Amino acid sequence: MDTAPGADLAARLTQTAAAARVPASMTALDPMRPRPFRIERWQRDLSDTFTIDLAPLEGSPLTFRPGQFNMLYIHGAGEVPISISGDPERPERLIHTTRAVGQVTNAMKALRVGDVIGVRGPFGTPWPVEAADGHDVVIVAGGIGLAPLRPLIHAVLARRGRLGNVVLLYGARTPEDILYRKQVSAWRGRFDMTVHVTVDRATGRWSGPVGMVTKLIARGGFDARDTAAYVCGPEIMMRHVAQALLDRGVAAERLFLSMERNMKCAIGFCGHCQWGPDFVCKDGPVFRYDRVATRLAQSEV
Amino acid sequence: MTGEAHQHSGMTNGAAPGLVCLTDDGLAALFAVLREAGCEVIGPTVRDGAIVLAPLTSVDDLPRGWRDRQDAGHYRLAPGTGPARFAHAVPAQGWKRFVHPPEARLWTARRDSDGDLSIEGPEAPPAPRAFLGVRPCDLAALGVLDGVFADPGAAHHDPAYALRRRDALVIAVSCGKPAASCFCAAMGTGPAAGDTGADVALTELVEGDRAVYLARAGSPAGAALLEAVPHTPATDDHHTARRAQADAAAAAQVRALPEAASRILADATEHAHWADVAARCLACGSCTLSCPTCFCATVEDSTSLDGATATRTRRWSSCFTEVFSYIHGGAVREERGARYRQWITHKLSSWHAQFGTSGCVGCGRCITWCPVGIDITAEVAALAADRPIRNRRAPARLRPQHTGPRRRKDDPPA
Repeated sequence: MDTAPGADLAARLTQTAAAARVPASMTALDPMRPRPFRIERWQRDLSDTFTIDLAPLEGSPLTFRPGQFNMLYIHGAGEVPISISGDPERPERLIHTTRAVGQVTNAMKALRVGDVIGVRGPFGTPWPVEAADGHDVVIVAGGIGLAPLRPLIHAVLARRGRLGNVVLLYGARTPEDILYRKQVSAWRGRFDMTVHVTVDRATGRWSGPVGMVTKLIARGGFDARDTAAYVCGPEIMMRHVAQALLDRGVAAERLFLSMERNMKCAIGFCGHCQWGPDFVCKDGPVFRYDRVATRLAQSEV
Repeated sequence: MTGEAHQHSGMTNGAAPGLVCLTDDGLAALFAVLREAGCEVIGPTVRDGAIVLAPLTSVDDLPRGWRDRQDAGHYRLAPGTGPARFAHAVPAQGWKRFVHPPEARLWTARRDSDGDLSIEGPEAPPAPRAFLGVRPCDLAALGVLDGVFADPGAAHHDPAYALRRRDALVIAVSCGKPAASCFCAAMGTGPAAGDTGADVALTELVEGDRAVYLARAGSPAGAALLEAVPHTPATDDHHTARRAQADAAAAAQVRALPEAASRILADATEHAHWADVAARCLACGSCTLSCPTCFCATVEDSTSLDGATATRTRRWSSCFTEVFSYIHGGAVREERGARYRQWITHKLSSWHAQFGTSGCVGCGRCITWCPVGIDITAEVAALAADRPIRNRRAPARLRPQHTGPRRRKDDPPA
């Protein structure tokens, strides 16, 4: 031992069993560190819901697929998972629609154009838009659930020629709570798309349907046995909608849901979003119905 | 690129295949070599009436002679006079605190006068360290954590974890005296340290009034370390004694988990037994804190008074808290039974789907450190039975410790 120079020994002692399994690439990127983005546009949608457009301070725009989400960090408030609600073909405008329900989202609501927030992402599984090729498409949204579905609607309309009928069914609490009102009207005006909107409670001059969004499924306009269905809304709404679609004949393998769970990291490290064997952050948020049907029916899983 | 390929190439490159013998002085020399090389040595030592893992200044800090008694909701330490420095079972804590710290700064964000954000961090990794006295179950636990934070095949890695792992030389010590809470033999993680994973695997033998250490290198670092200390080739008697110790330590274990635990849990989502557990569980989180593989964490932001600087800190979290599953509208798991179900189902069943292995290594800490003595092995046995267990006295949560389910060698298997 007195022949081995100390420096050489110290170098050899770094050749641990673990070091052989830690390539430099593993330590180069820190997935927990946000990138600064500037708010380019801030728009109020509803009394408690707003949309922000973001652009990176440096570097390339953040490209994403429909249904994916970002972790948005508000300085001094915290970080929350928010789905991306813009057009995936236009990634230079990174758009998030948020409902102010907690500390962070309320702090976000108080921001203005020019403010800088942190962004990590995109995370999660996308809506499998290609699963609809050659089939009819039914998109069912409940409340703020329209926001994560809007990129899918963009993508569906971008590949409209490969699809059969396209139907959007949307349920809001009241007529005043209809999100993206102008855009919904524009979609309704298209000849290649059917749009039905219902409200839980009619107010003002509303003359449209009243009741659960599940009721709209009975209006048809699609061949259930040849349909891909995409559903997003409160969990109980998705359970009922999924059942109504299945009852009508939609195949469980062509039915997709987007789940919400508590998330602190979005990359499977924090453990909060576990739902059965899945991490909602990386195995979801979009799930194929037949793979989660059992646990969807179980409480507190 | 697979982890296995890296691992095996590392094993064969310069690793000494032979078993050598170090005297007690040889162990001290090994310690000195590590210190001279700039390594902080962390290992078991006695503190606050328990054997804990902490930085050591010499081999004299090791718990020489100390014996522990562990059972459901029970931990007692007794001094002894023997020469053995590793006569205890698992220390109170696992090693996760040294690779996945209970609290770690992730980054600091500063807002300048223009409102722009600059983000720095994370904190620098620690200097090289040596983990001395890693039990085989805890060695397996480090492998399990690698699967969570540093799987080469995964999309994301925790760079701070990977650096802490890379820069820690692991010296495993086979377990000769398992506690009543231990079930590593059933989990296939111990009691003997295997030939992979550790840089050096030690077996402590007592020969008369002195201890000797049989050592085998498992990496180039381990080979270099053993070359640097006085040693002799192990004798045939040493090989025999080493095998005998492993056999005896395996035979002494009174608890076990069935191989079918994963399926039992997967099939038990709806089971009357969850209410039974809920009546006993305090939802205190001791099991998740003491578990060497429980990795869940939350993040907290603290902001300076002027609002300019915000620091993001990651802290260990527990699925037993209500806030853990909170989303707008309430917690997903409001019931205590649902939270215990989540913990044990994740540990023994979901983990296989997520990481290709069980999340349990059989260290038994969750049994020892549960204040009401809830026993993961007994709960699995109860869940495997079709009929719910209804014969426990209520209110269970008010019962003193030691009256929980306990099994002795002479009890029939549950």
